[in-house]
Formats: sequence, C-alpha cells, structure tokens
Amino acid sequence: MSRLAVSNLSASLGGNTVLKGIALSVGPGEFVGLIGPNGAGKSTLLRACLGLIPSSGEIQLAGRDLRRMTAADLARHVAYVAQDRDIAWPITVEALVDLGRQPHRGAFARSALADQEAVEAALQRMDIDKLRSRRATDLSGGEKARALIARALAQQADLLLADEPVAGLDPAHQIALMQVFRDLTRQGTSVVASMHDLGLAARWCDRLVLLEGGRIVADGPPAAVLTADLLRRVYGIEAYVTEAAGGLIVQPTRLAQAGIEQEVAGDNIHG
Amino acid sequence: MTETARYRLLIVLLAILVTSLFVLSLTVGPADVSPWQGLAGLFAGDDSLIGLVMREIRLPRAILGLMIGATLGLSGAALQGYLRNPLAEPGLIGVSASASLGAVIAIYTGLSALLPLALPLMALGGALCAVLVVRLMAGADARPLSVILAGVAVSTFAGAMTSLALNLSPNPFAAMEIMFWMLGSLTDRSMTHVWLAAPFMVLGWLMLASLGRALDALTLGHETAASMGIDMKRVQRLAVIGTAASVGAATAVAGAIGFVGLVVPHLLRPLVGARPSRLLFASALGGAALLLAADILVRVVAPGRDLKLGVLTAVLGAPFFLVLVMRARRQMA
Repeated sequence: MSRLAVSNLSASLGGNTVLKGIALSVGPGEFVGLIGPNGAGKSTLLRACLGLIPSSGEIQLAGRDLRRMTAADLARHVAYVAQDRDIAWPITVEALVDLGRQPHRGAFARSALADQEAVEAALQRMDIDKLRSRRATDLSGGEKARALIARALAQQADLLLADEPVAGLDPAHQIALMQVFRDLTRQGTSVVASMHDLGLAARWCDRLVLLEGGRIVADGPPAAVLTADLLRRVYGIEAYVTEAAGGLIVQPTRLAQAGIEQEVAGDNIHG
Repeated sequence: MTETARYRLLIVLLAILVTSLFVLSLTVGPADVSPWQGLAGLFAGDDSLIGLVMREIRLPRAILGLMIGATLGLSGAALQGYLRNPLAEPGLIGVSASASLGAVIAIYTGLSALLPLALPLMALGGALCAVLVVRLMAGADARPLSVILAGVAVSTFAGAMTSLALNLSPNPFAAMEIMFWMLGSLTDRSMTHVWLAAPFMVLGWLMLASLGRALDALTLGHETAASMGIDMKRVQRLAVIGTAASVGAATAVAGAIGFVGLVVPHLLRPLVGARPSRLLFASALGGAALLLAADILVRVVAPGRDLKLGVLTAVLGAPFFLVLVMRARRQMA
C-alpha cells in the first residue's frame, strides 16, 4: 500500500490555480525528490498533502482519506520540515527536538524511555548532539536547519515531507543529510523532499518528480527525468548530464538561448 | 541542575512569594489594626469591627489582587505564545478596551447608579462582544496576524466610543466617575465582586492552561504546529475566549490594569527555559505576586490619597515596554 496517494489534486491560492490535476503515489522506502523552477508548486504540493492549505481531489495517507483524519492522527503518520526556519523562543536544541515526540505523548505524560531514545537518535543522526544545550535561536542557519530536521526525525513517522531541507547547508552536511534520508528509506520510511540542487537530486533520490506551473511534467528515475531536453524546456538551462559510478551527474552550465528568447517574447505579450 | 528541576524550584519560590504577599496585603490598610489582631479577627468569625474590616474590605481586596494578577500573567503568557510575539498582551485583542466601554456605558446611562451590579455585568458583556467581533473578523484561517489586526481595530473603536461618552457626558460627576473607573483599582471591592468574577476567571484559566502543548509546538510556526497534530482553530478559540472570559471579568471588577500581562511573562521567560507551556503557570503566579505587591505599594506610598493601581502599573510598565521595544529593534538590526 502506498504511503501517500494523491489523485486529481488541485489547489488555488489567492485566486491563482497553483496545482492542477496532480497524481502522485509514494511507496514504502522510496526517496522522492520534488524538483522544478521557482513557483512551480513544490512547496504548495507538500502543504496540500498535509492538509495545510485547502485543495480539491483525493489525498490518502497510509490508505486513509487525509480529510477524515484528526490532526493528531495525521502527526503519527507524517512528519514535516517546513521551509520557514523561524524559531519564536530561545528554547534549547534538546527541547526543540523533543517537540517531535509530542504527538506520541498523552496530554500530561512525561517523556518515556522511547521518547528519550528517539530524541537521542535524532540528535546523533543530524550531528547536533554537541549543540543540545544551546539556545535554538542562537544557532547558525545550517545548524538551525539540522535541528529542525532532527525534530521531524524524532517524530518517527512513516512518511517524511521536507521542504528544501538542504538549503543553507554546507556541502558536507548536504551529503550527510542525503545519507540520512537514504538510511531512513532503507529502513522503510518514505521521504519526499523538494530541492533545487539537481546534482544532489540526481545522485541520491530513487525517483524524481518534476513540476512546472503546478503540473507534473515528468515522474521517474533520475536518468529519465533529468534529460538535457527537459531541463532546457522546464528550467531554460543547458546542463551537462552523464552517467558515472554511483549515479547520475548533472551540472547546469548556462542559460539556454531559446529559453531566454521565449521568456522575453512572453514578457512583451504580457506587457 | 536540570531545566525541569530549576522550573520546579521556581514554581515553589513563586508560590511562597504569592502566599507571603497575600498575607501582607491583609495586614495593610488605613484602619489602625495590628497585623496579628487583623489575622486573628479574620478567623474569629465574630462581629467585631476588626473582623468586619478584615472580612469585608481587606480579604476581598487581597483575593481580587491574587486572581486578577494571575489572570493578567496567565493570559499574557498564553497570548505571547499564541501570537509568537513577546510584545503581545491581553489588551491587544480588544478585550480590556471593550470591557471598559461596557462599564462606561453603564456609568454614562446611570444604570450603575440604579443597580450596582450593572457595571461589572455590562463590562463582561463588552468583553464578550469584543471576542465575537474579533473571531468574526479574524476569519476561518485562524492566523495569529488576523487576530492582532482585528484586536487593534476593536480596541480603537472601543476607545473612541469611550472618549465619545466622556465628551458628551452631560454630568461632570459621571465623567469623573468614568475617569476614576478607567484608572483601575482594587479599593472598596466586596466579596460580591469576587463571586461575580470568579466563575468567568476560572473558566478562562482552564481554557488558557490547556494550551501548553499547542504553544510549545507553535514555537516552530503555524504550519509546523499544524503538522504536529495541533488543531489551530481550536487553539484560536481557546486563546481568544479564554482571554476574554478571564480578562473581561478582571476588567469588569477592577477597571483597566495594564502592563502586568506584558511584563511578567517577559521577566519569567528566561527562568523557564523559554518553554511556552512552562511559562503559563509561572506567569500566573508571577502576575499574582506583582499585582499584590503593587496593590500593597499604592497603600503604603500614598496612604489616604487613593493612588490608583492601574496608574502605578502603567507608570512602572511603560518604561519597561520602551526598553523591550528598543531591545527588539537592536536584535532586528
């Protein structure tokens, strides 16, 4: 059974249709990369899958209708890493990660051994166990990002939705995070992450979903999605794409000339 | 010492402080009664003058100081957590201004002269109207910013109507009475006021106290909290109605007392590891301590001059607010 099954999903924000007829299914242990240019609808799709924005169409989590699930039920099935990394109060990193255990606890229950173990594992996994007593608001951007991902890992849901989790991370931590996601999927967790780094997406994801203007234009293994042709059409870039040991290598090189001309022509029509 | 142990110690210390200030409040007043005589008179249950002064004047005053202070501290902590803003306070959602307007209407129309309970009842009605309007204006998306905007609009309107009543007041005594009432005070309150306010306050406390987990989750923002199983519509309902019931009742019996709800959570936040859930109970105790202390101060500093409690909290609170704003600006720069 798929962890996430979306069909005919549409959504509009402020009168603009931002998602159109999306169909997507994510199975157990899959690592899906959500790619597409700015404004393609990546974040909106993730939000819609969590019921954070109104949408039409079907969304099923673990075989159940999202709109019939209670908020607490939802939290036990899916964890979310938002793009927004604003932390309101100077709580400690450990307290922040422990928030991920909240959906598993009763209203007045204290932290059980399982909770402490999950928090500990998440701190280790994201390489922030040394920061545990620091105030979360004092962390650097990359450290904050890792703490927030650790919070979602501590939630131990079957499905992890992450909105641009690698943004702001240094190369070592980008690769480390990809490794964490791959380890998680090996253990059966499904991960859907939106990302802009096509090189990382190509090397690490099992499957890529390419969005353009609120529609899915390609869905498949990286080699099938990241073709020079599609990249030129959707992103308007030329890219160096080659198979190598350990996966696909994608390196955007320059703007595609045709793409720019098209855009200029488009501007003239609108203007 | 772990954070949890430190939190427990803080609660115990605050509880001791509140108890001491409560007892001290009972022993301060214009009547020439020694502390020991007074406390003995309180429990004697006879009809002696001392017993009457203690039971009918000082006890309600101390109880109201405790309850109103706790209300202001708790609702301040809850609103700051809900709105994710350290500058939020109960007055922000329009409750205080609307409760004041209700009371002013009662004085202006002479209703309060006919029926003493009309004033607090009208004030409560004003607070409830404010909640209905704020909830309607804030809309279905339950975003904190819409609540702030709606609250500011309601506050401004209620303030304008209050000014209008003062402006048009045909009778200078009514205008005086309105002014005096708006300054906020615990002088000459009776047990009737306590019984009138208590049910609404307790109801509001329960609603606000149930927000702990939601406020913790809101540390990470509206969307993350919603993804963690927090029903944001329910949170908005509890925060707004809980504040209206408790602060509305407080304003109804004591007038507008500002800044306690702003200052207390801010002072205690570093001592509870900044966790919004822990700040709730600590701020309730801290608010009670601060208001009891302020009410003792107005009686000691200017005996016989009837220095208003709301004036004192504003005089001490406003400079504090300025420092807060300046520090927030420096952090943003």
